[in-house]
Amino acid sequence: MIATAALTAACGGDGGGSTSSGEKVTLRVSTFGKFGYTDLYKQYMKDHPTVTVVETAEGDLGKYNTQLIQRIAAGSGAGDVVAIEEGQVVNFLQSADKFVNLQKYGSNELKDNWLPWKYANATTADGATTIGLGTDVGGLAMCYRKDLFEKAGLPTDRVEVGKLWPTWDAYIATGQQYQAGIKDAKSHFVDSATNTYNSILMQSGDHTYFDRSDKLVIDSNPAVKSAWDESLKMVSTGLSAKLKAFSPEWNAGFKNGSFATLACPAWMTGYIKDQAGAENTGKWDITTVPGGGGNWGGSWLGVPTQSKHQKEAVELAKFLTTGESQLAAFKAAGNLPSNPKLYTEAALKDAKNDYFNNAPVGELFVAGAANLKPVYLGAKNQPVRDAVENALRSVEGGQRTTAAGWAEALAAAQKAAK
Amino acid sequence: MTTTTPTGKATSAATPGAPGSPGAPGAPGSTPRWRQRLRRADTRLSPYAMVSPFFLLFAVFGFFPLVYTAWVSMHDWSLLAGDQGWLGLGNYSELMQDKDFWNAMLNTFAMFVIATVPQLVLAMVLAQMLNARLRGATAWRMGILLPNVTSVAAVGIIFTLMFSRDFGLFNWVLGHVGVEPIAWQDHRWSSWLAISTMVDWRWTGYNALILLAALQSVPVEIYEAARIDGANGWRTFWSITVPMLRPTLIFVSVVATIGGTQLFTEPLLFNPGANSIGGGTTAQFQTAAMYLVQQAFTGQRFGYAATIAWVLFLFIAVFSAVNVLLLRRIRSAE
Repeated sequence: MIATAALTAACGGDGGGSTSSGEKVTLRVSTFGKFGYTDLYKQYMKDHPTVTVVETAEGDLGKYNTQLIQRIAAGSGAGDVVAIEEGQVVNFLQSADKFVNLQKYGSNELKDNWLPWKYANATTADGATTIGLGTDVGGLAMCYRKDLFEKAGLPTDRVEVGKLWPTWDAYIATGQQYQAGIKDAKSHFVDSATNTYNSILMQSGDHTYFDRSDKLVIDSNPAVKSAWDESLKMVSTGLSAKLKAFSPEWNAGFKNGSFATLACPAWMTGYIKDQAGAENTGKWDITTVPGGGGNWGGSWLGVPTQSKHQKEAVELAKFLTTGESQLAAFKAAGNLPSNPKLYTEAALKDAKNDYFNNAPVGELFVAGAANLKPVYLGAKNQPVRDAVENALRSVEGGQRTTAAGWAEALAAAQKAAK
Repeated sequence: MTTTTPTGKATSAATPGAPGSPGAPGAPGSTPRWRQRLRRADTRLSPYAMVSPFFLLFAVFGFFPLVYTAWVSMHDWSLLAGDQGWLGLGNYSELMQDKDFWNAMLNTFAMFVIATVPQLVLAMVLAQMLNARLRGATAWRMGILLPNVTSVAAVGIIFTLMFSRDFGLFNWVLGHVGVEPIAWQDHRWSSWLAISTMVDWRWTGYNALILLAALQSVPVEIYEAARIDGANGWRTFWSITVPMLRPTLIFVSVVATIGGTQLFTEPLLFNPGANSIGGGTTAQFQTAAMYLVQQAFTGQRFGYAATIAWVLFLFIAVFSAVNVLLLRRIRSAE
């Protein structure tokens, strides 16, 4: 305790965050999953010899979000630069005073470096405060197991596979063909109802559970119910492996073929590669998603006001979100840039991913991202989403009937929105 | 007080009316009196000074959080945005009608019973076995403590893998006797059983050691006398061992109560992946502590979470008191 006090005293009087040049500064970057920044840090430290960058990366997004909120609320412990995920940004915007207003550091002049909605989504409604600089957008495609498709007697070429499912209904019909052809009770067409549910919901555009005045509209927004019904059709037709996203069994499923398809945003390609491992190179492939395009995930970098080195932290955040850096992160981790200028550049547009049979990931994801309809998520999106997903899982697992599950989803959402 | 001092004369003179007595002696007598006072102050105050570290620490880390939590619980308090206004007992009345909270309390209580009863019985059996003459007694005694020094996270992760549906050890074993794979997380009974198993794995050995220490302090003569009187093993166990272990049993069960009420890590790790704090699809194994954290950090309702914390505190207090009363009856029944 005494050591902490001494440390605080030593750093005190530096609230503004201006450290005289030449002084050594350590900046902590907090991220989750894979951001692909390792080489960028090295480059930054080479260009800024007084700065040391350390990264703490949390694998589990839920845990990361909880920790970040906890630390922001407590006023200490958060990194100097923190990744803010899609589901959390609205939440943090309501306490925008906890983050450095990046407009004071000239973020408005850099506006064109991001898709217009990407920048707007990290800016308060009055337009005066911006708390995050865009890193990536999710985009959405469909990842599928080529070898299992072949076994089930389905086409394997990605263009032909894409033609199988212009709509989600067609996707389900394909799934039934798959189940009939694969003749293996342990292999299913899709990982779980929830991932598909979210993909369909995010395609519906504009808003989901909350309208733009933050009123809960889950019972009146037809998009929610239709995504719910559509995803449960996959369960009733026996297509779902019923594996919970990011659980060990789901992770293992990438390797041992528990499921043959998965709606995948750009950042998921890096995840699949890690989970399926080098021995499965070429077994996974990527094609277009039913319904065309969509989004799942994407983040911003923000600087909490509790940082002792705000100026330096903002500099680093700016560097990590430049077009060049976004491209580097795309190469390292597959994260799709949110900078629209890159979408026409060959380095992105023509990029192929050798792990996925040289799938033209640039083309696939860029096409989706360019048509992206921004979706508004309310401040309480995360608890409501958790509640609805849980109700969906309870129907999927057979603990509730469809009707009881939907009633529960509405009731639980009502409560979670408080 | 007066009797303990060897110089009885001086003490008795000083005690009754020293401060105000008119005929007080001059300079030569004042020094001993001053010393006397200091000594008295010393005997009176130094015990307080000696016990004060606990109270100071308790004030900072126990009492203050307790009071502050009570204060927060009477507000609509958002985690990030802070105080949103006074509610009085509004949170409390909401909580009383919150079916999710009562569901979590039921889960907590049920898992406490499922875990603790076999655990204490098994601990007692183990303690008896370890109390017998054994080759390598110390090794055995240390061995049963090993699960307890294992990190709870490691226990949670490994047991969760063992209980997994597709490649878990338990389903593999059950598969050999023709049982279909069980999705342990999906049903209330199976999840309770799995989590209680983790708790027992960690705590049975610990309790056995404490009971063993108590067993060894029971005088051998009592057993010998009972044996001469013709009491069999079962009779000596119920009439001698259990009553003699009463204080230890009270301690062990109070600690188990507190631990059981705060059950958190095992059920959390039992539900890996998305939304692990929810405790299963129908919250079938969400404990009260998990519900608290969910309200505070996912729901961001800090005031409401503080209310849960206070109600939990009261529950533990009442429950422990009931426990003590029940266990007291063990001897009074004699």
